Amino acid sequence: MNVLYFAWLRERIGQPSEEIDTEATTVRELVDELSAREDRYAAAFSDPAAIRVAVDQKLSDFDAPLSGVQEVAFFPPMTGG
Amino acid sequence: MDIRVQSAAFDPGAELNAFTARQTGMGAIVTFSGIVRDVAGGLQAMEIEHYPGMTEAALTEIAETACTRWKLGDALVLHRHGAMKADEPIMMVATAAPHRADAFAAAEFLMDYLKSRAPFWKKEVTAAGGQWVDAREHDEDALERWTQRG
Repeated sequence: MNVLYFAWLRERIGQPSEEIDTEATTVRELVDELSAREDRYAAAFSDPAAIRVAVDQKLSDFDAPLSGVQEVAFFPPMTGG
Repeated sequence: MDIRVQSAAFDPGAELNAFTARQTGMGAIVTFSGIVRDVAGGLQAMEIEHYPGMTEAALTEIAETACTRWKLGDALVLHRHGAMKADEPIMMVATAAPHRADAFAAAEFLMDYLKSRAPFWKKEVTAAGGQWVDAREHDEDALERWTQRG
């Protein structure tokens, strides 16, 4: 699955995207798995309330299932306009 | 409907003229232009990051919702990404409708939704470095009035 990071999440994790092999069944499990993997993920994901997620380019939430999903993106609340 | 996401600068006046020229039978056109503001002083650049693919899809969905909700003939949403300077246009929306109430309401709806539902992130760059702009609670509250009205 392709995982993307934007804005300060991209900066804290240190890369814009990566291909991840995971058994995680939900977004929350993916976040927990990444956070357990390395400190930079744990630091980036330390405040889930400050993070939004898109699943296959649709705004979603941490309970979203990952079955059949191609792309997950993490980012802070949006500030367009 | 015209949805554009681009790094190039644009001329809001020229966009308005082109938008107006392609309408027929529209009694009202409303536009909004968003301009880079040097809030704290010493702004060297405003950098806007976005999520290519999702950005266009989200803007299209927001504009389609506006077109179903109000009697609109046309809508334009144009948003820049990349680096820009203070007082440069960042984005604009335009709506065309037979009557002004629809054009005003739809333009406000487009703005409220794209501020917190389209994947753009602003970073202010000054001599002290870069600072991501925080989302405002006010922007989230602005969405509620549209859901409350049903």
